[in-house]
Amino acid sequence: MKLYLKYLKIHVQSMMEHKASFFLTMAAQVMTTITAFLGISCLFLRFHSVQGFSYQEVLLGYSVILFSFSLAEMFARGFDAFGSILSNGQFDRILLRPRNDIFQVLATKVEFTRIGKLLQAFVMMLYVIFTSDISWTPCKAAIVVLMIFGGAALFSGLFLVYAALCFFTTQGLEFLNIFTDGGRELGKYPMGIYGKAVLRFFTFLVPLAMIQYYPLLYLTGRDSRTILGLCPLTGFVFLIPCHALWKFGVRHFVSTGS
Amino acid sequence: MIQVENVSKSFRVAKRNAGLKEAVKSLWYRKYEVVQALDRISFLIPEGEMVGYIGPNGAGKSSTIKILSGILTPEEGLVSINGRIPWKQRKEHVREIGVVFGQRTQLWWDVPVIDSFCLLKDIYAVPNIEFNNNLEELTALLHLEEILRTPARQLSLGQRMRCEIAASLLHSPKILFLDEPTIGLDAVSKLAVRDFILKLNEAKKTTVLLTTHDMQDIEALAKRIILIGKGRILLDGSLSELKEQFPNRESLDEMIASLYRRYQI
Repeated sequence: MKLYLKYLKIHVQSMMEHKASFFLTMAAQVMTTITAFLGISCLFLRFHSVQGFSYQEVLLGYSVILFSFSLAEMFARGFDAFGSILSNGQFDRILLRPRNDIFQVLATKVEFTRIGKLLQAFVMMLYVIFTSDISWTPCKAAIVVLMIFGGAALFSGLFLVYAALCFFTTQGLEFLNIFTDGGRELGKYPMGIYGKAVLRFFTFLVPLAMIQYYPLLYLTGRDSRTILGLCPLTGFVFLIPCHALWKFGVRHFVSTGS
Repeated sequence: MIQVENVSKSFRVAKRNAGLKEAVKSLWYRKYEVVQALDRISFLIPEGEMVGYIGPNGAGKSSTIKILSGILTPEEGLVSINGRIPWKQRKEHVREIGVVFGQRTQLWWDVPVIDSFCLLKDIYAVPNIEFNNNLEELTALLHLEEILRTPARQLSLGQRMRCEIAASLLHSPKILFLDEPTIGLDAVSKLAVRDFILKLNEAKKTTVLLTTHDMQDIEALAKRIILIGKGRILLDGSLSELKEQFPNRESLDEMIASLYRRYQI
């Protein structure tokens, strides 16, 4: 952990070297997500609920997903950009250092420009917390925190899968963005509204609904089972198969060198 | 001590003819050719020796270095470096080696070199006293005083290479692998690098394995050379013995060229 902070320091220093680029990227990031937010807001000017979910409830779901996704993008960026790390030989260098490989890939890239998105997700969340009809208890607040971190783990896991596949294809596979970017897009609304098939897919295969939809049902009082609040833990469980795939990829890399 | 016994490694290389049509065809059906990168190579390098590892492009030099440093697993054969198998005990092994790839950088591009060094100190968990001693010594020997505070991206190639070498020695490795350390350097930088490697080997008894295409590097540094071609070790012996075999050749380059021709590599 101490070593990670040292890496962070280097990243901050590197960033300072390119100030203009940093602020422009951050501004662009905020702009894109603000448009998404405006989209939802405009929709609610015409309609007052989406399948029974109120404006605030939808925003709560969206802010959680945006929060998790930005966290994952910020800290697990090394896996997201793993294709280039692999092709420019940086991964060889990683294997030459007496440290864990996953740790080093994580430390290779930290995307501070995502701070803009994080901030926005945070503001949205504050707005929801103060204006919604949900009666907040410490337990419910804890569930929201769990949702955020479970989601961050889930998205990081997806990035890890993406990186592991790079070992076999050397370049990234764009189709996997369906799950990451696609998941974030679908996450704008409670995942139950897209129909059974989509919900099943995002429950059992890529457990995004476990992060957002099911706990949301509990938080909004649609379902009283507290166990739903623990669903986001699946995000962490999801990391286990992802990690196994990664290990398999590393073994393949070490035996082929390409 | 580096012990290599009957190490083999092959790669599959995709092959296709030129042209768009062929490219499309290769999407479904791809021909692979197996290239034997290393074919039962064996050698032994005792502690403190400096060895020049030479051979034409694609002979298997880089694959050997990768195997010795634990990045690549061979299909067959035994490698033991100071009693460890590189690819099995990776973390323990890499603590004791330093590797410089002449064509690649290990410095963080946007920050002053000294910041990269400090991060390496933490990655290798080098104790303060040892780090400060090493840094002081390397700075003096490689003339780094003025460039330590410059971001790596603004260094010239020669300056950068000196920093690369320093970076791979901060944790006082017992073995140093240098993969084309003088590539693209001007005369002054080349001499500085050679001079430093000699001093390092003399003072610390660091084992050095050096690949290069620059025969002057070999002449200046290595008493022993290992010649590899098409994945096989063709020659392993002292430089002076080799020279005796070619009494009428003037330069080392010509000698090596005729060796390549003799072995048809």
